[in-house]
Amino acid sequence: MNTKKTIILLILAIGTITGVTATQTGKPVEAFSQQIIQQGAVGEDVIELQARLQYLGFYNGKIDGVFGWGTYWALRNFQYEFGMEIDGLAGTSTKQKLAKASQYDKNFIRQQLDAGNKFTYYGGTPKENQVKKGQNKNQQKGNQGQAGQGQEQPQPEQQGQESEEGASAQPTAVNVPNGYSQNDIQLMANAVYGEARGEPHEGKVAVAAVILNRVESPTFPNTVSGVIFEPRAFTAVADGQIWLTPDDSAKVAVLDAINGMDPSGDAIYYFNPDTATSSWIWGRPQIKRIGKHVFCM
Amino acid sequence: MVRWIVIAVLVIGVAGTGIWGYQEHQEKNAILVQAENTYQRSFHDLSYHMDLLHDKLGTTLAMNTRKQLSPQLAEIWRLTSEAQNDVSQLPLALMPFNKTEEFLSNIGDFTYRTAVRDLEKDPLSEKEVERLNDLYEKSGTIETELRKVQNLVLENNLRWMDVQTALATNDEKADNTIVDGFETVEKTVKGYSEGSFGPSQTGTSKENHPYQFINGEKIDEDEALKKAKELFQVDNDKEVTITESGEGANIAVYSAAYNNDNGHGYLDISQKGGHPLSLMVNREIKEQKISLNEGMEKAKQYLKDHGFENMEIFQSSQYENVGVFNFLYNLNNIKIYPDSIQIKVALDDGEILGFTSKDFFRNHQERQIPDPELSVEDAKEKVNPNVEIQDQHKAVIENDLGEEVLAYVFLGVLGDDTYKIFIDANTGVEAKVEKLKNAESKFEDSI
Repeated sequence: MNTKKTIILLILAIGTITGVTATQTGKPVEAFSQQIIQQGAVGEDVIELQARLQYLGFYNGKIDGVFGWGTYWALRNFQYEFGMEIDGLAGTSTKQKLAKASQYDKNFIRQQLDAGNKFTYYGGTPKENQVKKGQNKNQQKGNQGQAGQGQEQPQPEQQGQESEEGASAQPTAVNVPNGYSQNDIQLMANAVYGEARGEPHEGKVAVAAVILNRVESPTFPNTVSGVIFEPRAFTAVADGQIWLTPDDSAKVAVLDAINGMDPSGDAIYYFNPDTATSSWIWGRPQIKRIGKHVFCM
Repeated sequence: MVRWIVIAVLVIGVAGTGIWGYQEHQEKNAILVQAENTYQRSFHDLSYHMDLLHDKLGTTLAMNTRKQLSPQLAEIWRLTSEAQNDVSQLPLALMPFNKTEEFLSNIGDFTYRTAVRDLEKDPLSEKEVERLNDLYEKSGTIETELRKVQNLVLENNLRWMDVQTALATNDEKADNTIVDGFETVEKTVKGYSEGSFGPSQTGTSKENHPYQFINGEKIDEDEALKKAKELFQVDNDKEVTITESGEGANIAVYSAAYNNDNGHGYLDISQKGGHPLSLMVNREIKEQKISLNEGMEKAKQYLKDHGFENMEIFQSSQYENVGVFNFLYNLNNIKIYPDSIQIKVALDDGEILGFTSKDFFRNHQERQIPDPELSVEDAKEKVNPNVEIQDQHKAVIENDLGEEVLAYVFLGVLGDDTYKIFIDANTGVEAKVEKLKNAESKFEDSI
């Protein structure tokens, strides 16, 4: 009898405990995905993070889905105000605290992002008053709705069940390496494609690295476009091949080079030994050969 | 007979004209391409210079010491003249573009006047700072507009030669996107013209120093192959090829490449000591499965596995579904900016896709860092009071002269931007001010 009672009690106790923990953790888990969000991240979790921080008045920047400096300081200030460890990381406890303290109207945010509206999301103000509509197509944020062709967008986490209710919100901005704009990268990709399509990946990265080495070098122009369009510098420019549409591999190669990869070994010249006729170029100290190009100093 | 001769002469004549005509046509095309390239160059240069101008104006606002301010203003002055030069090269003679030029010369005038003044005795007045702020904002708007046009030009392969023709013939139907774009820029500037006005990672090593941390015995090709297979994580000998670098190389390396169904890899290891200098793996990257944070843990583990101690995460960025991480050497809580390692991680399965330690091996050395003469509090006072300091650390950076100096680094916010301010820990000089990059909006079929 006694044992039966204890067992029942135990079962009841376990039941309530799990029940309680379930209700406690249930909501925050729904709010964010499981990941620890850190600076530099891109995706839907970041949109939610920015929206929630803005709701509480910590974040005043644009809700764009890229965890930049503005978001970082906002998060740290939030952690400070709520007496947590200030590490600038949105881990489990931070996410829970955030989810508890703020509201996140996913559909509203997604609509605004899709429509390319300028909007804010401060708590305590009617949402309708925070949208600036009538952004004609001249405005910065392009029509995210019809995105998808060509421009690969970072796929945010979709492990949750949230994705069922339709498309998830897409970031409206991208990370760019310090000192370069998307257009610089595109222009370099054009040049790399014109000069080195058909080469192995390292051959493309090496060509991109040569462009960057030239920008750094005092004997060449100081801008990417200056180097690329310097008369007689690149054959692909002289014969118009630079205007072929580059494939993605060229862009990846350019990003690799910008992020520090240099398989050319600090080269500032390269040539194709099968076609190069100038004796001057043959006289340069050679570093190595990649694919059909010889790289030299 | 005579008839045949006449026919032959005529045929030769016609053929000759044909050849001549063809040659002329070729030459004309070559000149067209060349002219087009000149226009493209000026245009892309213009937009780059505007980017730079905007950043420099921003850093000027965050600066405090006069010593830094004068060269900075001179630099802006130089940039405006470059940008003006770019504008004048563009075939916009038939278009009213004078407001933009005026705006540029406004900036130029303002910065020139302030740069040549002795700012030590006669610092910037409140009004001038306000003006600077104004110019900063406006240059930002122009920068965005220009970038939009630039994006269109690149996206749709627009030709300046066509623009010129379109302008000359006043043909409304032709694709005038460039013209429209520039008109928008012009309009943007118009509102401001009255009464108002650097790239790369700061502190890291700009110069290609000789490799000073490469030590050990020279390894032979077999050992290099073994190392390469380890780094690539492939077992098959046949898939890996090894080549030696030539005489012109700064450092003698073995380069290894592999090709298999999974992708393609390339790496450099130094012949002396067999240190891995760079590694690249190129393969298709699937949907993102792991977070940037998990990617960072993978990168950290990789560094540990390869014997790099005391490396600390410095920057992380996600590009589509890869994460790029920048690590710095940490010596007793001092971040050593020149000793950096970059790692690229695939966010589908966490594989290391790229690794480069060239900066590390170039700059790393045993360092004796004496205690700074200045305290943090002293250094903090040197920072522009308008900047709201959020975070700080000690660091060894490379100054403009290429010397390593100990500095206090303050991260602060001014307006919407974050700045990094480097104060020399011994002299108290504001060594550098850097504006940290914000994310860039996507331009998708805008305009």
